[in-house]
Amino acid sequence: MADPRNGRRADASASTTIGPGRSTRVGAEDELDGIHDLGGRLGFGPVEREQNEPAFHERWEARVFSFMAATFASGACRNVDQFRHAIERIDPRAYLTHGYYGRWLGGFENLLVESGVLERDEIDARTRERGAPTDALVASRPSKTPDRVANGPMAPGSDRMLERPARFARGDRVRTRAHGVPGHTRLPAYARGKLGTVTALHQGWVYPDSNAHGRGEDPQHLYTVAFSGRELWGEDSRLRLVVYVDLFEPYLNPEAP
Amino acid sequence: MSESPPQALRAEAIESLLIEKGLITSDTVDAVIQQYNDRVGPLNGARLVARAWVDPEFKDELLRDGAKAIEAFQFDGGQVEKLVVVENTGDVHNVVVCTLCSCYPWAVLGLPPRWYKDPAYRSRIVREPHRVLEEFGVTLGDDVEIRVWDSSAEIRYMVLPERPTGTDDLDEDALATLVTRDSMIGVERLGG
Repeated sequence: MADPRNGRRADASASTTIGPGRSTRVGAEDELDGIHDLGGRLGFGPVEREQNEPAFHERWEARVFSFMAATFASGACRNVDQFRHAIERIDPRAYLTHGYYGRWLGGFENLLVESGVLERDEIDARTRERGAPTDALVASRPSKTPDRVANGPMAPGSDRMLERPARFARGDRVRTRAHGVPGHTRLPAYARGKLGTVTALHQGWVYPDSNAHGRGEDPQHLYTVAFSGRELWGEDSRLRLVVYVDLFEPYLNPEAP
Repeated sequence: MSESPPQALRAEAIESLLIEKGLITSDTVDAVIQQYNDRVGPLNGARLVARAWVDPEFKDELLRDGAKAIEAFQFDGGQVEKLVVVENTGDVHNVVVCTLCSCYPWAVLGLPPRWYKDPAYRSRIVREPHRVLEEFGVTLGDDVEIRVWDSSAEIRYMVLPERPTGTDDLDEDALATLVTRDSMIGVERLGG
């Protein structure tokens, strides 16, 4: 049965392959192993720094920042998890090279086009009018089957009361989910299938995996889990290294002591 | 022909469309620039650190419940629901990251520097923090435990750096001027 999300298209949101196991398909639900999940990847070289950075290096960055209010006010975006996922879905080459505000630009455009506030064609046309080369890499890849996020947050902030008790306690050994999932998640790939120790309990919080896709806040217990460097990276890891990751209860399974 | 990068032109195009739809005005960009130029940046965090250095009770409270401890300071510039402050000692060095995006304790440190948000830092600090810290000029002995805090949810982290030696005679305000943003991210040690 043909899945329209896997169809080939000639426009900018068509399939492109970026290396083994990294095919990118259209469809908000189909994103897996997004480029944004950068922890532990090697090869990016030295960290480049500058002194006394301004808040915005170029005026266009502030311009992009200013789209935040409009994107939320128009209903194109309803919650921060949806916003983060919109950024995760941009073209991976743009993600790595367009900078922070270039990523925001792609994310906002995804949301504005998917919600019908703006049309892709009119953005393209107007950008061409301003003199952009027609072959310029565009970050945005609006989904043809976007999530419908109907409502905004139920309450200020993201912490939520949970009646049910936490499943895990401090000191518990836990094993994280072994595989990636389509869609938004806050379990980094480097911490999948790993054995860690719960070091803190943080009560209930809005669950991003659900909230980003308009499936409701579905609050979950949140934990800080500690992983040794050896567990994450193998024998070559620095000996005295501990990585702490804040993880939701559905990402965790008990491990026999 | 414009010398702006294509992203700049696309941003202008989107802005012009949003203006036509009444969702934004042509003043909004300047308002944003103004707002962010006026922010106090990491001064809030520096005040917390300086207070913790001089007041042991406050330090305990800060380490136990960061968000509660900062209530008394009434910082503006963003709600922080849960702030966890982690302490550097001779045996433990903490450093903060958000590998998945760029979550950062805005309320106490202001806007993050560009390197914090970019792939090189996000990818390497969880895997080879000692090498990244070396690039920042921080050399740690093998016996020092490095703790990397990946801000993967809404908890925000800040480092309480060690107080530099030779500062016993400084008052709280003077101490606050010594505290840098980078020391509160964990990529700098104060006092050399």
